[in-house]
Amino acid sequence: MNIILSDQDIGRIERSLDKMLSSSGAHCALLIDRSGQLISSSGDPSTLDVIALSALTAANFGATSEIARLLGEDEFALLFHKGKNENVHFSKIGTEFIMVTLFDDRTTLGLVRLRTEKVVHELREIFTEIMERNKGE
Amino acid sequence: MAFINFSSGEIQCKIIYYGPGLGGKTTNLRYIYDSTNDHIRGQLVSIDTKGDRTLFFDFLSLDLGKIRDYKIRVQLYTVPGQVHYDATRKLVLRGADGIVFVADSMRVQREKNIESLENMAINLKEKGIDATKIPLVLQYNKRDLEGSNIPILTIEEIERDLNAHFKAPFFTASALKGDGVFETLREISKLTVRDVSRKVLSKGQT
Repeated sequence: MNIILSDQDIGRIERSLDKMLSSSGAHCALLIDRSGQLISSSGDPSTLDVIALSALTAANFGATSEIARLLGEDEFALLFHKGKNENVHFSKIGTEFIMVTLFDDRTTLGLVRLRTEKVVHELREIFTEIMERNKGE
Repeated sequence: MAFINFSSGEIQCKIIYYGPGLGGKTTNLRYIYDSTNDHIRGQLVSIDTKGDRTLFFDFLSLDLGKIRDYKIRVQLYTVPGQVHYDATRKLVLRGADGIVFVADSMRVQREKNIESLENMAINLKEKGIDATKIPLVLQYNKRDLEGSNIPILTIEEIERDLNAHFKAPFFTASALKGDGVFETLREISKLTVRDVSRKVLSKGQT
């Protein structure tokens, strides 16, 4: 199935991501689908190649899901990479989408998790609507 | 799964280079990367082994210009060709909109080509995709070996082995020298964008 997004859809998604960024202190958020396509981004990706990051994230997520499956788990709920300066947090949105949140030491993993959890619910609702609409067309 | 953004007027499609190990999938992408300007392409991302064999995939994003006011971006992926990487091949296939099957013209690879094509059809089926319906282009690679002392298959033989059922467009190529690389890319892009447009834009969305 293809995903078709209208101006309004993109507006709603961007507003959700912006809100999450300002409340969590993270500096960049990407919304991608599980096949690696970038849907929307918010914040400052600066010199980052967000297209490549989207492809790698989807692959990473897919590989991790397979590891979970081998261990008898449905999926790992938390996926997080910690670097010296940059950290990445991944959240699953429904079965088809992933939110990637980039943050540094100006905030904490706990706060980012708390805020992303809230926005995941919002985005899940938005995407349920979009997918339902796409199905009907 | 193609992604159509009406807000920015952009269509993104995912094209997979499939085929047996050492057949030239990565070489295709490298040639495309080396021959295009950096304002239309992103980084060439490769997850490979130290021996330069693809471990997970190679990835290259390309802007192909505009069709009917829509900016077309294709994302090219290769799969690892080696038999034991089937799990990662399946992951890369997720959301595929078009496929290039890169066959190896060397006679010793004949069985490997057939196995890989069968594996492709099985893996696509698992994703709910019918291999005869998805846009598909075949590339018969390593034709530069013609005339050398390495035995290669004739076009008729490869056609009979791989394309009797699909009847897909095919191109002879030497990915190493670049022959046929852009012809293949052009054809699969055209077929994929047409397929996505037919499914989406024909529904009165434009």
